[in-house]
Amino acid sequence: MRRTILVRGALTAIVGLLALPAAALAQDGPTLETLVSEVNVTWVLVGTVLVFFMQAGFAFLEIGFSRGKNAGMGIAKILVNFSIASVVWWAVGFGIAFGGGGWFAGNSGWLFQFGTSVDGAAATGETASFFIFQFMFCAVSLAIVWGTTLERMKFSAYVPFAIVFAGFIYPLIAHWGFGGGLFAEIGSGVQDFAGSSVVHLTGATAALAAVILLGPRKGKYGVDGKPRAIPGHNMPLFGLGVLILWLGWFGFNGASTLGTADNRFAEVIAVTNLGAAGGVIGAMIIGRLMQRTLDIGMIGNGAIAGLVSITAPSGYVEFWAAPIIGLVGGLLVVACVLAIEKKLDDPVGALSAHGVAGIWGTLACGIFTSPRLAEYVGIGEEGLVYGGGVGQLGTQAAAVGLTFMTVFLLSFGTLAAIKHTMGIRVGEEEEDAGLDISEHGMYGYPEQFIPSAELIGYSGGPSSTVPPAPVPALATKESPA
Amino acid sequence: MKMVVAYIRHEAFEPIRTELLSLGFPSLSISEVKGSGRQKGITERYRGAELTNYLRPKVKIECVVATKDLMTIVDTILKHGRTGAVGDGKVFVLPVEEAYRIRTGESGEETLQAHPDAATAAAG
Repeated sequence: MRRTILVRGALTAIVGLLALPAAALAQDGPTLETLVSEVNVTWVLVGTVLVFFMQAGFAFLEIGFSRGKNAGMGIAKILVNFSIASVVWWAVGFGIAFGGGGWFAGNSGWLFQFGTSVDGAAATGETASFFIFQFMFCAVSLAIVWGTTLERMKFSAYVPFAIVFAGFIYPLIAHWGFGGGLFAEIGSGVQDFAGSSVVHLTGATAALAAVILLGPRKGKYGVDGKPRAIPGHNMPLFGLGVLILWLGWFGFNGASTLGTADNRFAEVIAVTNLGAAGGVIGAMIIGRLMQRTLDIGMIGNGAIAGLVSITAPSGYVEFWAAPIIGLVGGLLVVACVLAIEKKLDDPVGALSAHGVAGIWGTLACGIFTSPRLAEYVGIGEEGLVYGGGVGQLGTQAAAVGLTFMTVFLLSFGTLAAIKHTMGIRVGEEEEDAGLDISEHGMYGYPEQFIPSAELIGYSGGPSSTVPPAPVPALATKESPA
Repeated sequence: MKMVVAYIRHEAFEPIRTELLSLGFPSLSISEVKGSGRQKGITERYRGAELTNYLRPKVKIECVVATKDLMTIVDTILKHGRTGAVGDGKVFVLPVEEAYRIRTGESGEETLQAHPDAATAAAG
């Protein structure tokens, strides 16, 4: 556990050492050391809450991009997946990700609670803050997986995959990237500050496996194979989702400092915001050039792509690099959404916004990482623009390749097994009627689907409560028809 | 002149529309309607409370054509609208007394559709 914090460069060595005797001294009243620990934990928990709120962002983004007949299911999906992942992460996921062990996976910290041995140390409140903060990343990754599966996935198929993903697939990659595993041993270490690869590429890769196995929605491709838009039902709701994600990202990147040491988190948050801004501007420019319109969905996807791109570099780059990294993310997302759409039905653009931008963000570290911050964090070397050579870029590329291959194989295998046993997709009739009514027995927007004629009058019609009104004579005399 | 009024499944509309366009019958109107027939209602539950909805959504097509073209329209609708299950809908044919094109004030069958025969008749 302590090794993990040091590996991530989250606490300075001094704070790390001071935190150790903190528990022993706690009974003597607050000391500087306990206060430092408490301030750090407070910031991590503020970050936890912000990252949790990203679930609302994903829910609104996906619901806005779905048709009205599939609007309610997004809520059930987010709540159920988040809850399954919570329990599985507590039982096994955290142990695999952060329970010490070798390069492959952790081997302690199961059924986490106070005093549990995690990598040789007894868990404290500080460990608990790390446990819950890291779980939110797992939940974000899982939420990204389902972005490509909207409007046709069988609800029951979510359950087994959520268990495998939160219990093994994500924790494995998190161990490699954040937990001192494999990625720490490539070159002089892979730079992925908050998880462009570990969280976003992982989620998007599983989403790719899912969309390949699911196939497109009915009506997405014509008989000639050309894609057609299936417009979502609520762009304002989509936009709210994007803004909530943007807000949540301040915790996602900002609290990945795992403390307040040297006020680094303020720099990280400023860099994050610049990255997102670059993404919006990039998507706006290329969208205008390629589509001759200012597509709201593309501009929103640009924000997400900018944020995903800046996630890995946020702890490694100076301010000036952030808008450039975001801008490239925004350019990539529009071009890739248009290219991917030709073959794969990805209703929210998750493959581009999280996958392609995640790859770019991870590689961007090898280009833009500043010597000051590589040294501060203690992972890897400076990037190309500082004369660091291509070594770090190669290390970053290796991490991307390993993440993609591993997650794709594991996810494809798991989802294929689900497909061939219980099925992964609803029937045609259910898809036509919408998942709200066919899977959940109710509509997200009932009054749009149930005529009010069926709702009022159930208690006996007008005559039962109101006496029949007299027919006004004027109505017939001056009728315009 | 006849008016065809058809109540069909939503997914049947696109193929019907595409074929009618290719045959030279671009003029039609549709509305989203709800109605009941032999198809069963759907029972929903809202936090445990039940509600059975007997009115199911359908698409209503209205299309006015020359009498000689009537069966072309009806056959197209029957061909693409039929799944064989209850709920495929119905087609009604109504007589039409007169038709006027608002833009020019013309009347009669030549105001209907863009069918090549109709176009020829209008020219002649």
